[in-house]
Amino acid sequence: MLNKSFSKRFWIGSAVVVVIILMAIACSTRKQVPIGGSDAASQVYVPPGSYDEFYGFFSGGFSGQLTVYGLPSGRLFRIIPVYSQHAENGYGYAEETKGMLMTSHGFVPWDDAHHPELSQTNGTPDGRWVFINANNTPRVARIDLTTFETTEIIEIPNSGGNHASPFVTPNTDYIVASTRFSIPIPQKDVPISEYKKHFKGTITFIRVDPETGMEIAFQIMVPGYNYDLAHAGKGPSDGWAFFTCYNTEQANTLLEVNASKNDKDFIAAVNWKLAEKAIADGNYTTMNTEYYHNYMDEGTRSAVSEKMKTVRILTPKDIPGLVYYLPTPKSPHGVDVDPSGEYIVGGGKLASVIPVHSFTKMKAAIENEEFEGEVDGIPILKYESVMAGEVQNAGLGPLHTEFDGKGYAYTSAFISSEIVKWKLGTWEVVDRIACYYSIGHLMIPGGDSQNPWGKYVVAMNKITKDRYLPTGPELPHSAQLIDISGDKMKLLLDFPTLGEPHYAQGIPAELVMKNSVKFFPIEENTHPYAAKTEKEARVEREGNVVHIYMTTIRTHFAPDNIEGIKVGDRVYFHVTNLEQDWDVPHGFAVQGANNSELLVMPGETRTLLWEPKKQGVFPFYCTDFCSALHQEMQGYIRVSPKSSGIQISHNAPR
Amino acid sequence: MRPTSKKLLLAASLILIVSYFVPIWEISLVAPQYPEGLGLEIWIDTIDGQNPHDLDKVNNLNHYIGMKEIVPEAIPELKIMPYLIGFMILFGLLAVFTGKRALLYTWTVVFIIIGIVGMVDFYLWEYDYGHNLNPDAAIKIPGMSYQPPLIGSKQLLNFVAISLPGIGGYAIIGSILLGLIASILQFKTPKSGKQNNETVKNTSGNDTANPDPAAKLHTRSTADPLRA
Repeated sequence: MLNKSFSKRFWIGSAVVVVIILMAIACSTRKQVPIGGSDAASQVYVPPGSYDEFYGFFSGGFSGQLTVYGLPSGRLFRIIPVYSQHAENGYGYAEETKGMLMTSHGFVPWDDAHHPELSQTNGTPDGRWVFINANNTPRVARIDLTTFETTEIIEIPNSGGNHASPFVTPNTDYIVASTRFSIPIPQKDVPISEYKKHFKGTITFIRVDPETGMEIAFQIMVPGYNYDLAHAGKGPSDGWAFFTCYNTEQANTLLEVNASKNDKDFIAAVNWKLAEKAIADGNYTTMNTEYYHNYMDEGTRSAVSEKMKTVRILTPKDIPGLVYYLPTPKSPHGVDVDPSGEYIVGGGKLASVIPVHSFTKMKAAIENEEFEGEVDGIPILKYESVMAGEVQNAGLGPLHTEFDGKGYAYTSAFISSEIVKWKLGTWEVVDRIACYYSIGHLMIPGGDSQNPWGKYVVAMNKITKDRYLPTGPELPHSAQLIDISGDKMKLLLDFPTLGEPHYAQGIPAELVMKNSVKFFPIEENTHPYAAKTEKEARVEREGNVVHIYMTTIRTHFAPDNIEGIKVGDRVYFHVTNLEQDWDVPHGFAVQGANNSELLVMPGETRTLLWEPKKQGVFPFYCTDFCSALHQEMQGYIRVSPKSSGIQISHNAPR
Repeated sequence: MRPTSKKLLLAASLILIVSYFVPIWEISLVAPQYPEGLGLEIWIDTIDGQNPHDLDKVNNLNHYIGMKEIVPEAIPELKIMPYLIGFMILFGLLAVFTGKRALLYTWTVVFIIIGIVGMVDFYLWEYDYGHNLNPDAAIKIPGMSYQPPLIGSKQLLNFVAISLPGIGGYAIIGSILLGLIASILQFKTPKSGKQNNETVKNTSGNDTANPDPAAKLHTRSTADPLRA
């Protein structure tokens, strides 16, 4: 009995101990504090109805678009279609918007958009516009931050891959562009193996006029390297712009090996004030070429496409002092000018150090002609003569540096997957923080300007893996928000992004939100097919083209019954939204349309081309929930056989 | 007319000028979907939105419940009112300059009547808009009418309608009150001719201000009980 009872108690006791141990283990695993700490939540929490402190403009990379986030919350507000058709609102499908995507290669409805850049006044982001480059079919776009719409796109001629773009000069006089892939200029049919003989690079300056928009001011013909990133000088270095280049080996195949041989490549320093003088002096050649300049007319809100035929070319050989090469280890990516304008930081992505050049030393070296060689009339300065310092132990694969305005620089290191914080002047690393995973670019609001708002840095990571719930093989790219207000960087938030943000820009919300447009005044609508009242709604036939002047207002279309359309007609639905209220767009969709829907903002007119192929009666309807009777907002269009004698008729009020 | 009454009537007349420059009445519509505000301003000669396009928005909303469209051009009162107010200003000034008590009383009585008639008329318009609904309206709620309050607030479906005078309205109300005070003061003042008929010779049945400073001084001194 005793024995039995002891053994029973022993087993019960043992079982209790095991359960306690298991619970302890379970608790300890569950209690793992997530990276970021518990108070991180309050730092990124924006209560319902409150606003974020900053706008963040993130490039979409291969999405071709620009995305708008709030920071610190990481909330996505909007996708701004730029280079890619956007069926969601009809951009690139609606007749008014197609022209924005015209190029010398015809209609190009996609691109690879890398670097957003805010316009600046006196070296500070001003919230007027954000620019973004297209890498594939070289272009630069301007997005108006009153409407958050792409209002202008200019194609860059003589370029193959516009990567080092569109960085601004301190007063947005110019934005820059350059060719990532050198190409035969002018284009011609040559063997690829004759790269060194035929291939050239260009560095382009685009003049930005607040009234007339963008214009290719001039292009500088440079050796056939790969031009990668850029930044304009500021303060004492204002008047200069800096461009990284790699593949100074001029390889044309297997670049991962063949373009990684030289210990040093270059940062090209371009004296654009001197370029302006050369243009004024007529010291340029005019090259015949072809490129498009597309812009939105304000009244019609329709794209105007202009074909441009010539461009002004500057040759460094003919203009001494126009370009210098600063040797920079090794296949540098970023070139970032600190807020003072004195230091030029190279992101030598295969280098073990971060090289920093001094503008003062560069000027002195130019003065003293401390050259170690020359390429195509471009003097190569001695590395030691221009180098201000090297940041040691700066992580592996340093790519890109931004500044906090308090004397520190933050460099992304792709291979070691971290942000390294170091001090300007002493070049010592003071802090580092791991990124998840493989950071590409980083962004501090205003961090590439003269006046950074150094509160946060955003890491844009290339690899996501296990950071979020899995979504199959294709995962969102991951951004991370890091607090840099204290001595130690502190991870606050992970948030997924769209496409692949290669770079971003941030700006205090109040500089942008006060200018936001609520709707377009109908009386300022000069669209030739606008129906500005229901009485103007009508249907007109011109041969086999039918123009439907249609209006929308809560909650009906006028007309909403249309007859007399025939198979084979080209039917243009010109839909004018008569609403004059904030946040009341109407949508328009018709069965069988081979393009997209339309999303029509209050006061504007948008046009959808519909080519009916079958006879019958087809519904159209409003796609954007607009009111309690949205579901009733519909109509019918009757399509008769080609041979039919039915005349156009409709029921719009007259 | 006694000087105080004159001053009051002068102020009452001139303050009306304000009503030409600011709304006389405001109807604010408060709903969660309109964080930016929505409402109508009634001016002496038109109806407008508190924000640009508010009138269009209100008309658009009203069409769901079958309310008639508010078309300022179709409201005759808005054509008359500027003249009516103008008349009251000129009438008031005339009373001040002539100094006739009768004109002061008439002015006040007329304006009070105008005020009452105006409010009744406003109520009738509101009643008409609120009750005379299109039977084809999309939203029909049995027993529901949409008459905004004459003054104060009232829940109308998802909106709280708040109806209050605008600055111009307060000017008109103030003007009437000033006229009323002037009249009461005047009324309480015994006719000087009867009170001091043995000493004052210039009060010949009316209250015209005597332009003669000496006479004025004389009048004032005799009105002083200590010196009487």
